[in-house]
Amino acid sequence: MAAKSIISRPVYATLSPQPGKHHLFVADAEGALAITDLAPKVPDGFFADAHIIFIPGNEGKHVAALEALKPAQLYQGPSFASALPRLKQTLANAHMGLRLYLAGTEGLIGQAMQAALEAGIDHTSIQTEHRGSLARRMQCVHCKGITENVTTQPATCSHCGLLLLVRDHYSRRLAAFQGVCINAEDRSEIPPAEEIFR
Amino acid sequence: MYAVNIEPHVLGPKGSVLENLIDVDEHYVAEMQDRALVLAEDPLRCQSLPHMTLAGWDLLELLMEQQALGYPEHFTLTRDGDRWRWINRPLGIDDTFTFGDVSTLPYGPMEYITRQSQGDFCILDQRDGNLWMDAGMVTTQADWSLDFDIGMNFFEWHAPVPLAHEKGIFVRALKFLTNIQQGKPARRLNWTMTVNPRLDTSPENYHKWGPDRTTVTPENVGDKVHLRVELQSFWRLPRSNGIVFPIRCYLIKMDELVTQPKWARRLHRVIRDLPEELVNYKGLTRYRPTLLEWLSKLDDGSPTSAGFGPD
Repeated sequence: MAAKSIISRPVYATLSPQPGKHHLFVADAEGALAITDLAPKVPDGFFADAHIIFIPGNEGKHVAALEALKPAQLYQGPSFASALPRLKQTLANAHMGLRLYLAGTEGLIGQAMQAALEAGIDHTSIQTEHRGSLARRMQCVHCKGITENVTTQPATCSHCGLLLLVRDHYSRRLAAFQGVCINAEDRSEIPPAEEIFR
Repeated sequence: MYAVNIEPHVLGPKGSVLENLIDVDEHYVAEMQDRALVLAEDPLRCQSLPHMTLAGWDLLELLMEQQALGYPEHFTLTRDGDRWRWINRPLGIDDTFTFGDVSTLPYGPMEYITRQSQGDFCILDQRDGNLWMDAGMVTTQADWSLDFDIGMNFFEWHAPVPLAHEKGIFVRALKFLTNIQQGKPARRLNWTMTVNPRLDTSPENYHKWGPDRTTVTPENVGDKVHLRVELQSFWRLPRSNGIVFPIRCYLIKMDELVTQPKWARRLHRVIRDLPEELVNYKGLTRYRPTLLEWLSKLDDGSPTSAGFGPD
C-alpha cells in the first residue's frame, strides 16, 4: 500500500461489483488477482456480460484463472500500448450501463483511466484496485517527456536527462506523477538515488 | 500563518493598484511582450479544455469592458449586437469580430484577450460542488504548472501547499468561491519572494531561474531579492457560470521596500517567524539567512501599525 500522501495522489480501493449492463475490466499482472478475488461477490451471470483486457506481463501468470471466470471476452495483450486501440474502441462504442474496473500497477490504472476520461467517463465512477509494483509514470515538468516505470528517488528523465524529484503530485489527465529538477539551483549537488517505488 | 483573507473587490484609492478593478500599469506593453515570448517558447502555458470556450468569451467581455472603462484613452470597445470592435492603442490593435464566433478572432477568445491583459488567468468550471481548473493563461507564475494541473479540482491543484489543508483553509475558501455572485467580485493577496525581477518563475523553467537563488550576497540582497505580491481576484462569469481568477503579480525589490520603515520591520518579522514548511515551499531556504541578517538591521523592535499601508 502507498503511504499517506497529498490530496492529488490517487487512492485505490478494492474492486466491488457495480450495478450495470456490461462490465469492462482492464488489468495487468497481479491485477488479475483483484478480479478473481471479486468473483465470489458477483451476482449470477455477471461475467457473461464482462470483457477482460489483460496484460499478463513477463511472468505470464493468471490467464487460466481469468479464463475460469468465463467472461464474454478475454483479451491478452503483450503491453498496455498494444491493448490501447482495443480499449479505446470499446469505450467509444460503449452504451449507458458500462462499468469500468481497473486493477494492477499504478501505471496501468492511470493510463486506462486516462483513456476512460477522454471517452467522457467520470473518474469517480471507476472502480480501481492497486496490485503489484509501485513503479511510477512520471512527467518531466521541464521537457514534458514521460518516463515509465520509475522506481528511484530521484530519477533521471529518460528524455532530457535532468535529475528529477518524483513528487506525489499526480495528474489524472496525464496519468503521471510530476518530476521536477532536484538540483536546479546548484547542479553540482547530486543526491544519491534510492529505490523507493518498488 | 494562514488566513482566508478574502474581501470584496471594490475600488480603492486613486493612484493605487485598486483605482480600477483590472489594473493596467506602466509595464503593460513590456508584460505583453514578455507573455508573447514565453508563449512562443512554450505554447502549453495557454490551454483550454473543449467545454471552456463559452467561459473564454465571458472573460473576453469582462476584460474588454473593464479595460475600456478604466483606461478609455488606451482601449475602446464598441458593440453593435454581436458585431464588436476592439481598439487597443498601446499594442496597435483594431479588430472587428463577431462575439461568440471563434473563426472571427486570430486566437480562441481566452487567448486573444489574455495576450492583451496583464496577469495570469485561470478559468474555473463549477460542477459537483467543486471548482475545476479547466482553462488558463499562465506565463508569470510562482512555480506551478498549468499543463500539469489543468483538469484538477480545487483540492487537487492545491495539494502541494503545506499545512493549509489541515487547517481547513481550502474547504472554507471553496465554500466562499462557489458562492461568488455576478457583479460582486472578491479578492485576496498572496505572496512569495523572487530573486531578480522575473515574471516567469515557472516549474517548466526552474532549471533556468533556480540558479539565481545561489547568487544572493549581503552586498546585493537589496537589489536582487524581491517581494512578489499576487493580487488575486475572483469573478463569476455570466454565461458559463464559471469563475475567472486573475493572478496579477507585482514585484518590489528590497531596496525599494525598506524605504517604508514599517514595511522593513514587518517583513523582517514575517521572514524570521515563517514556519520551516513555508520557507521551503516558497523556495526561500537558500538565501533566507542572508536576507534576515540584512533586514534585521532595519528592525528596531518598535510596533507596526495595522494594515499594509505605509505609516
